[in-house]
Amino acid sequence: MSGAVLRTRLRNGLEVRLKEIHTAPLISTWVWYRVGARNEVPGITGISHWVEHMQFKGTPTFPAGTLDRAISREGGSWNAFTWMDWTAYFETMPQDRVELALKVEADRMQNSLFDPAEVDSERNVIISEREGSENEPTFRLSEEVHAAAFRVHPYHHMTIGDMADLHTIKRDDLYKHYRSNYLPGNAVLAIAGNFKISTMLRRVRKHFGPIPSGPKSEYSDRAEPEQPGERRVTVEGPGQTAFLELAYQGPEATHEDFIPMAVLDSALTGASNLNLFGGGISNKTSRLYTKLVEGELAASVVGGLAATIHPYLYSIMATVRPDSSPEKVLAACDDEIQRLLDKAVTKEEVTRAIKQAKALFAYASESITNQGFWLGYSEMFATYDWFETYLDRLSKVTPDQVLEVARKRLIPSRRVVGVYSPNGTTAAA
Amino acid sequence: MGQLPRLDIKTLPGPETVLRQELDNGITFLARENFSSPSVVISGYLRVGALLEGTHMAGLASMTAASLMRGTRQRKFGQIYETIESIGARLNFAAGKHSISFSAKGLAEDLGVLLDLLHEVLLTPTFPKAQVDRLRAEKLTALAIRDQETSARADLAFNQLIYADHPYAIPTEGNKETVAQLTAANARSFHRKYFSPDGMVICVVGGIKARQAANAVSRRFTSWKGNGQVPDLSVPSVSPPKGLQRTHVDLEGKSQADLVMGIPGPPRSDPDFVSAALANNILGRFGMFGRIGDIVREEAGLAYYAYSTLVGGIGPGPWQVVAGVNPSNLEKVLELIRGELSKIIKRPPDKDELDDNKANFIGRLPLQLESNEGVAGAIVNAERHSLGDDYYQKYPDLIAGVTRDDILRAAQRFIDPDNLAIASAGPPATAEKRTSSKRGRKKGAGAARKAGESQS
Repeated sequence: MSGAVLRTRLRNGLEVRLKEIHTAPLISTWVWYRVGARNEVPGITGISHWVEHMQFKGTPTFPAGTLDRAISREGGSWNAFTWMDWTAYFETMPQDRVELALKVEADRMQNSLFDPAEVDSERNVIISEREGSENEPTFRLSEEVHAAAFRVHPYHHMTIGDMADLHTIKRDDLYKHYRSNYLPGNAVLAIAGNFKISTMLRRVRKHFGPIPSGPKSEYSDRAEPEQPGERRVTVEGPGQTAFLELAYQGPEATHEDFIPMAVLDSALTGASNLNLFGGGISNKTSRLYTKLVEGELAASVVGGLAATIHPYLYSIMATVRPDSSPEKVLAACDDEIQRLLDKAVTKEEVTRAIKQAKALFAYASESITNQGFWLGYSEMFATYDWFETYLDRLSKVTPDQVLEVARKRLIPSRRVVGVYSPNGTTAAA
Repeated sequence: MGQLPRLDIKTLPGPETVLRQELDNGITFLARENFSSPSVVISGYLRVGALLEGTHMAGLASMTAASLMRGTRQRKFGQIYETIESIGARLNFAAGKHSISFSAKGLAEDLGVLLDLLHEVLLTPTFPKAQVDRLRAEKLTALAIRDQETSARADLAFNQLIYADHPYAIPTEGNKETVAQLTAANARSFHRKYFSPDGMVICVVGGIKARQAANAVSRRFTSWKGNGQVPDLSVPSVSPPKGLQRTHVDLEGKSQADLVMGIPGPPRSDPDFVSAALANNILGRFGMFGRIGDIVREEAGLAYYAYSTLVGGIGPGPWQVVAGVNPSNLEKVLELIRGELSKIIKRPPDKDELDDNKANFIGRLPLQLESNEGVAGAIVNAERHSLGDDYYQKYPDLIAGVTRDDILRAAQRFIDPDNLAIASAGPPATAEKRTSSKRGRKKGAGAARKAGESQS
């Protein structure tokens, strides 16, 4: 069962979170760095994600290609992620092999090589990754919606970066970004699984304690000014299916509006699954599904609220049916949102949102990897208390609070309306 | 390299920890307790699949499965989903060629609600016309999106190349022409004719006593009677491609091309399957996509993903290599992959490489069995392929016993770099489009089986 959590900081600044869970013979080790697309400026967009790739390209101890083999050989599951506010690495290993994960993560916190030949080779891989995303109409639409929603704030660009920068970023840019941000004082080490905290802390100190703290990069946050009116973007491209994306200004994770907004999201588009692993639940009783899909205007609709450091987006994406149009879907969305602004959601809707969140969090607790994820992820935009108190705070939300937050956040003049307009091309074999 | 991982056999699913009961009506019930979990998972399948629908009705099994939750004699669509979503649970159905699978998850306290609903939608669906019409429109939209996806189009084209007039050439979700014709009456008729408890498997894993779960299932399902027969869901064997069978699907406006190449692979029941699965791991899975990942991604930097997959189901599912590449690199990647296919049939892997891959297969088992879904999936997989109730306890020894020659034999039996189906989809081909047939030769590809199961 889940046990105690240790929160401590090493002298070099590394924040450490350890959680004992004795349900399976596994340990999940996560390192979270407080660097992501938010820390990039034009010319180096995508650099955080590229550095993440380079972290698999070797150190003197683990030359390129040996690291993934070493972990796979032990039956481990491992991966890395970069997003707006953070970059994260994890290894979930059999409990008696955790030493390897600690060794690898401590090593690549300071010793990655960034070999010029590997940088060149990886440039093509990353360009290929972006090209794969560009094949998706919803990526192309969301990229333009982000750019319209954030004129000033660096949430403006996607994590993968702009193609122009992917062609021009140099090895030294990458290495500088790595050395400036991959520092103990800019990281959280989160470990969950079948261990004793005292023993694990000794191991952590052994591997991570000697790493010098180093000078941390300072970033100035460019706050997004108030949006003076609704913005509309249209993306034209191949296909026969139109998509509509609405992006409202959402609260940052620590804002008092965030929890009522989660209830609003649940009522409007279905409960967002904040877990990284494991499926969510369907949204067929949500208001927008009923209005758009049962109303035969859209084939599907999803909504999403993300936990971020700065105010981000509350997005709604609808797949438009061919016998409908983006304009009709938008009008129906506006009707439904107006209903939310006119009258508070019902107590039953709030109760359902709470039960859904409880179930999703209970599912998350079953996976040691997911527990390790929350232990570090929550520290990227708040603290672990944010996760631990989430359900309590959710259960105190009232319909009037949801009404208040709807009136404050779902404002047409501060939204972006994006349309993917298909050019009607049909593939030919 | 070091020794292979040692697993505590007692922690793995086996006859001591998995309750198995056969009901009089042909249902096999399986359960495993996990009281460290607050949830419960239900997983299983019925012996009805897309093989029964006929070419002109392609997509009917899928449509029928998706329609089950659209209305029953007791509840309307909205009430069904109110029941399921209000408790934070999920219940899904999916059609394959050989079966219709179901999976549910909820809090353990809600097992009764989930079983009531599963029973209701399986036995008394009404297929309301308005609901099925709406579902059809949604499916047609999904098919229009699929038409523009390079990965999906390459995969469909690949299946047409290797399976031709075999049932596996037809996508389970159907195509626009057939789905547009499907009606509520078709789904109702398909359900009435084929849905039966005969051969059904239902597995419950989670925070519930196994006996209690057995009673809960038995109480609801024993009165369901079939005719005692399972429909014929066998498929013919498939000859491997002759020469390099090549096709390209033009998709204007795309940045990346997807490549799918390969052959019909061994069914799960093939005695060489486990060796082939290890060969596949060496070829395109281990670490960052195995040997193919090393050469295509790590060394040449030509693709974000390039990996191999061995489906291994009831019938001759594909053994394929998949890559997403810039169109200008398509030919280079294709040749690099063929080079790796040549190497794996020319010489066996060295001992260290094989040991690494064996260690990976054994060592990852606890992780695969960490969740209730993972355990239920493993138990159902063993039941589907008659692997035995102690399969996972024997698994470490089974893997440890595979030799270098076993790998070479399995690879040589199925892979031939000169006889491959090669399909790509993306921007109009700068590469030469061709369909050739040269130096073909026949290989035994085994008998019937299904796509989609794990490689354990």
